[in-house]
Amino acid sequence: MSKYTEDDLKKELETKEYEYGFYTDIEADKFPVGLNEDIVRAISKKKNEPEWMTEWRLEAFRVWESMTEPEWANVNYPKPDFQGISYYSAPKQKPQLESLDQVDPELLKTFEKLGISIDEQKRLSNVAVDIVMDSVSVATTFKKTLGEKGIIFCPISEAIQEHPELVKKYIGSVVPTTDNYYAALNSAVFSDGSFCYIPKGVKCPMELSTYFRINEGGTGQFERTLVVADKGSYVSYLEGCTAPARDENQLHAAVVELIALDDAEIKYSTVQNWFPGDKDGKGGVFNFVTKRGLCETNAKISWTQVETGSAVTWKYPSCILKGNNSVGEFYSIAVTNNFQQADTGTKMIHLGKNTKSTIISKGISAGKSQNSYRGLVHVGSRAENARNFSQCDSLLMGNECGAHTFPYIEAKNKTAQIEHEATTSKIGEDQLFYCNQRGIDTDKAIALIVNGFSKEVLNKLPMEFAVEAQKLLEISLEGSVG
Amino acid sequence: MLEINNLHAKIEDKDILKGINLNVKAGEVHAIMGPNGSGKSTLASVIAGREDYEVSEGNILLNNEDLEDLAPEERAHKGVFLSFQYPVEIPGVTVTNFIKTAINESRKANGHEELPAKEMLQKIREKAELLDIDRKFLSRSLNEGFSGGEKKRNEIFQMAMLEPKLSILDETDSGLDIDALKVVANGVNKLKSQDNAVVLITHYQRLLEYIVPDYVHVLHDGKIVKSGGKELALELEAKGYDWLK
Ligand SMILES: Nc1ncnc2c1ncn2[C@@H]1O[C@H](COP(=O)(O)OP(=O)(O)OP(=O)(O)O)[C@@H](O)[C@H]1O
Ligand SMILES: [Mg+2]
Repeated sequence: MSKYTEDDLKKELETKEYEYGFYTDIEADKFPVGLNEDIVRAISKKKNEPEWMTEWRLEAFRVWESMTEPEWANVNYPKPDFQGISYYSAPKQKPQLESLDQVDPELLKTFEKLGISIDEQKRLSNVAVDIVMDSVSVATTFKKTLGEKGIIFCPISEAIQEHPELVKKYIGSVVPTTDNYYAALNSAVFSDGSFCYIPKGVKCPMELSTYFRINEGGTGQFERTLVVADKGSYVSYLEGCTAPARDENQLHAAVVELIALDDAEIKYSTVQNWFPGDKDGKGGVFNFVTKRGLCETNAKISWTQVETGSAVTWKYPSCILKGNNSVGEFYSIAVTNNFQQADTGTKMIHLGKNTKSTIISKGISAGKSQNSYRGLVHVGSRAENARNFSQCDSLLMGNECGAHTFPYIEAKNKTAQIEHEATTSKIGEDQLFYCNQRGIDTDKAIALIVNGFSKEVLNKLPMEFAVEAQKLLEISLEGSVG
Repeated sequence: MLEINNLHAKIEDKDILKGINLNVKAGEVHAIMGPNGSGKSTLASVIAGREDYEVSEGNILLNNEDLEDLAPEERAHKGVFLSFQYPVEIPGVTVTNFIKTAINESRKANGHEELPAKEMLQKIREKAELLDIDRKFLSRSLNEGFSGGEKKRNEIFQMAMLEPKLSILDETDSGLDIDALKVVANGVNKLKSQDNAVVLITHYQRLLEYIVPDYVHVLHDGKIVKSGGKELALELEAKGYDWLK
């Protein structure tokens, strides 16, 4: 009889290899390793940046030099050697973008493997895609449609050239260069990323989407994303990542800044599937991300994320609810398996009156992984009637993984209403047997149970993204998906 | 259909089934009665292939095929269905989604295409009606917050959807109110045919008034100590189990 035990479950979970572990062979134009002021200047020059940008980077670099890497998160990893990384890498071929024929076939193949054919995206999902391949955007689509509405959606390097007044005004306004170690580093060396501006009163007619991909081994990836939604506008932004399997650790320190002006709304969704390391915990991406949004009066920002990848994740998408009646939301699914470590959560900073925030966090741990939720709800002294609801659920598989919850609350105004709920559950043998008895094998049963557990968050994702996210949940937790 | 020969099963070195013989033919209804802890649910679980139990002797044949090497889901694909005494909750998975998955997994295993959505819906509607199930109920999370009776009715709904060859109903009647019992019994009777068989595990004669068994067996301390016709159930109701020990 094919016995199914907890041990088998573990084994099955271990055998899931990184599905997207391939490497695209595109010639790269690469800097020598190491970081100093000259490298920062060289990056800026390479991108033909104006003086103010170069200065901004240098200032960030000086701040970074004086900082030390933070150690408070519940993660353990060998500290990256910041002088052993090359800080710039761009694909040598820069295809013209009028048609797909002009795109490097290698690149197209990569997209195919990822199941993200641009063609299909164009045809089916009405998604404009700005693909960031190894630091430089190599394809931008739908620019015209967006342009007609006055929407700007382009690589940030282009925005620095063509819309300096917008970039200058907003970059670093939510995440200052001095904010933290990784944000400072990013500010000094960021190679590319996306910029998005939605004019007053415009509702962006399509989901904006960027696929990030780390390529060249040993190249740190420092993306910078800036989204500005002007008064009364709306945008839904999708970010998805996969990376090839590599033996050495890869560092990723992105910064994402969102600005929602009065009555504006930004939905920012992420599906993240970077190489988590193999089953022995070797390799894998270090993901240290700073994501923060600022809400003015009546504005709303929602962060939705599905995190299945990375060896180490350090990430707290946050909202500063500065304007009265503004709303912040955070919906998160974080899956850890094998030796993955995730310390993720959010900060909701209530400054305005009648501000509201919702936090729904679903942590799924398997193997020997550690999954921590860390959240801060801060209510300032002038934030009358601030309200927060937090719910943190953990699902465990097996006995060797860990789930941890660290909710911090700082309420400086007596009218604040803060609610926190937390649950921990385990996938039980009874549940698996029940499913098996109905003809559902164990892999499928786990997928079903995990999807059910994550449903409240999956429901927040745009349709086409939700399907992809479900697939990711399955492959990150199963031996074989069938 | 089902043939059990000298079945011994244990868990953690504790012998629970101690030589069961049972022969259920297509078209028949068998009732299994017996005191608490006599091994009724264990027998059901072992037939369904629960791996916590070790079969130390004997065998189980389904349509002449030995089930020994088959995983629970493979037995299910061959038409074994167990209505659980204590159905489990699966939060976030709707009744509809669950049954859809179950049906399509079985179909795939048997080399069929997935059931088209339209037919699936049609079938769900039909079976829900048969068992007097409110459509709203179908979009709730599986068994989560269901009352005892709702859970049992949901089990029979799944049975109706899956159309198994062999259905084992473990105390499906307990927790059902009188009206619900009638509805469920009526459902089971409608689903009965010359091609399938039903094994009812119950403590109460009442269910057997609605689903009339061809045979009644008494399980005691892991063995079938008496078998008879439907009148045996009445006798048990009057005399209890002591006289059989
Ligand atoms: N996992 C287990 N570990 C130890 N003993 C068990 C286990 N499962 C069942 N048993 C024991 O096996 C015996 C038979 O249990 P079973 O559930 O089959 O009884 P039952 O006839 O269905 O009783 P009831 O009428 O109360 O439902 C009981 O003594 C029970 O305690
Ligand atoms: Mg029982």
